[in-house]
Amino acid sequence: MTAGTAQAGDPHRERRPETAQLASSSIDVDVWRGVADGRFVRYRVPREASQTVLDVVTWIQRNLDPTLAYRYACRVGMCGSCAMTVNGVARWTCRTHVDRVAAGARLELRPLSNLPVIRDLVCDMRGFFDKWAAARGRLVPTATRNDPMARVLPASRERRAADAAIECIGCGVCHASCDIVAWRPDYLGPAALNRAWTLVNDVRDGGNRARLAAVAGDAGCHACHSQASCTERCPKHLAPTASIAGLKRAVSRALLKGEL
Amino acid sequence: MSLVRGAAGAAAGQRVDFDRSRARTDATLWLLQRASAFVLAVCVVVHLATIFYAVRSGLTAAAIVARIHASIAWPAFYAVFVVAAAVHAPIGLRAIAAEWMGFQGRRADLAAVVVGVALLALGLRAIWGLAA
Amino acid sequence: MIRQGPLQRFRSHGDRPAGWWAFIVHRISGVALALFLPVHFWALGRALEGEAALEGFLRWTGNPAVKVAEWGLVVLLAAHLTGGLRVLALEFLPWRNWQKSLAAVAAGVSLLVAVFFLLAVR
Repeated sequence: MTAGTAQAGDPHRERRPETAQLASSSIDVDVWRGVADGRFVRYRVPREASQTVLDVVTWIQRNLDPTLAYRYACRVGMCGSCAMTVNGVARWTCRTHVDRVAAGARLELRPLSNLPVIRDLVCDMRGFFDKWAAARGRLVPTATRNDPMARVLPASRERRAADAAIECIGCGVCHASCDIVAWRPDYLGPAALNRAWTLVNDVRDGGNRARLAAVAGDAGCHACHSQASCTERCPKHLAPTASIAGLKRAVSRALLKGEL
Repeated sequence: MSLVRGAAGAAAGQRVDFDRSRARTDATLWLLQRASAFVLAVCVVVHLATIFYAVRSGLTAAAIVARIHASIAWPAFYAVFVVAAAVHAPIGLRAIAAEWMGFQGRRADLAAVVVGVALLALGLRAIWGLAA
Repeated sequence: MIRQGPLQRFRSHGDRPAGWWAFIVHRISGVALALFLPVHFWALGRALEGEAALEGFLRWTGNPAVKVAEWGLVVLLAAHLTGGLRVLALEFLPWRNWQKSLAAVAAGVSLLVAVFFLLAVR
């Protein structure tokens, strides 16, 4: 007891009991290397307590192969740049503990699906963001700087609908998880449509006539079959499925009024 | 690398602009499919109940014909059912053709219309045969 | 994009969410029903050739194998109905978290109909 108290200040001493509880002292990690015709390379990485998948990738790059390409910035789930396919599922690697995903001390890391691979774990995100532009995901202002600030009541229906979808940080997890994007490469996808839905509900915006026509159709909101993989996988717990359903209703209203 | 990027742009399917008439066609078809779905939901429940009742009392041609002759409501019901199905099914098949077979555009739209008209003709002919 | 052969379109995202299964059942049952519809209409159209022709066809459906197929069609119809109601609820009702359980509800109701008809068919 006294011995334990004496050692409590030593961080290494404190960590040891947790480390001892780990199922194994190392983990085998298969990492995608190369471009689309690349291959998996296996690395053995020491296990740590509270280790994230991003920690694993970083350890490989710093200790085994400095040429490994991957993206990250904030490490705390704010920037949305570290998404990869972890054991078959698109995830933020910075917020994914190895404990939660590594069945049998194995990890398989691939770049995100549905996007072209640049190298290793890095995807070309241009197509993804081009779709945001194609979905008219930009505010079309109706006022100038000389006008007074718009008053948007927090309790209004439009504001609440926009609020429910606004927290997207563009990580691409939903896009990579969507079967329809895989089947129809021209499909705008859940993230771009979710963004369009926030603007459809933005009372300051004046671009809805063009926006609704841009998101309508079989390469737009009507392609969604409500599989809801996006909603299941979204790290921010948003529901793009619900946003896309909102667009379908908005487009239908415009169609019936002859405004599409 | 540049080759990959070039292919990447094409695969990403950039839509610089949209086609308003295409958007109208697709949105109209979607709405028609959902509208027919609401009608079909009611029809299918009635149909399942009828099948259930019919198989319990033994399925015979005489029983079917007698039921349909009993009231004009039955042929009318089946006519609505057939029209809704003839609208609903081709639109669904069109989506599958586009997503799984790469068959889309005006030719796919035309094929859907042909399937719809054929279903309508076959279905109405069957009702006529039973009711006349 | 990393290609993984002809079955790429069915590639796994790990465990499939319930909504994916609801979708695939809805799609397969829809195709099956679309293929069955013309046959169904043709069979009923035999009545045009007189009640006896239809009766002859119905006797053929007394065949146990055909009976099993008929039961399968009823189950497909029920599955397509409940899956379709799930989609309509997702698309036309305001979003609530309980809608994530709709796939399970659809499966449950279809199963009930399946058992119901299994008991009814003689």
